[in-house]
Amino acid sequence: MLILTCPCCGVTGEETEFHAGGEAHIKRFGPGSDDEQFHSYMFAKENAKGVHFERWRHNNGCGKWFHAARCTTTLEVFGTYSAQTYEPPKEIKDKISARRPGWSWREFA
Amino acid sequence: MSKPVSALEGASYQGFAKVEEVGLRGMITIRGDLKSAGMKKAAAAATGLDVPGQREVKLDGDTALAWMSSDELLAMVPYAEVDDRIAAIDKALKGKHYLAVNVSDARAIFRLSGGNAREVIAKLSPVDMSSDAFGLGQIRRTRMAQVPAAFWVDETGAIMVVCFRSVAQYVFDLLKGAAENGNQVGYLN
Ligand SMILES: [Zn+2]
Repeated sequence: MLILTCPCCGVTGEETEFHAGGEAHIKRFGPGSDDEQFHSYMFAKENAKGVHFERWRHNNGCGKWFHAARCTTTLEVFGTYSAQTYEPPKEIKDKISARRPGWSWREFA
Repeated sequence: MSKPVSALEGASYQGFAKVEEVGLRGMITIRGDLKSAGMKKAAAAATGLDVPGQREVKLDGDTALAWMSSDELLAMVPYAEVDDRIAAIDKALKGKHYLAVNVSDARAIFRLSGGNAREVIAKLSPVDMSSDAFGLGQIRRTRMAQVPAAFWVDETGAIMVVCFRSVAQYVFDLLKGAAENGNQVGYLN
């Protein structure tokens, strides 16, 4: 069971109050992109064992979207942060580094 | 004009706690910039109450103003006065980016009273219902078994529960089952 804290309303709840929204920080390619770009956007996902970044929605609460950084093997949640960002904030990356030195995930480390 | 009726027309059940459908309650969803001066004016005009802070509910008898999210409030007012209150909000927020909508007939509202009312909620929602963790002046939006719901504690210690009208019967049956005599857990007081 994941315990998430919604950064929008401050509620700390268990995962049944939330809804997972897939991988975070995906750069979208739509009209005008080439096949390779669209393919990687659509199908090439991280499927990480360890540190992972996801989008979540507080669907049974304030209704807002946010980001979560967590470990897929232990279900440890390193932190949650605003949906209005293209990359994990430094504070979150520092928290992960403290728990999983040397981690990397796509272009982030 | 047809006669408005609430979802369950005041159904009630007495178990180790009492469950009552409260009947018609005026409800207005307000969205906009909660920190703006206009919103403060609108809140006062519609309910006479201050804009609540994060996860707070301001209460004055049957009138209430609840924080629903960082850009949404729920005003509870007498059913017959909703149109007037919305007009007052429209006046206070004229020219601003906002929304005020009558959702009275889209909701059902229940009152849960009796010594173990907290225990009834604790069985149905993933929320710490001890009085230390959840007290007067707070509102919690969450799920109740399989549907979204919100609740708060009023001045009398009763718990008010709001849900969508379409699931009113489901929520009433949940509360009834959880409040049945003999089903006390006795963990929360
Ligand atoms: Zn939230």
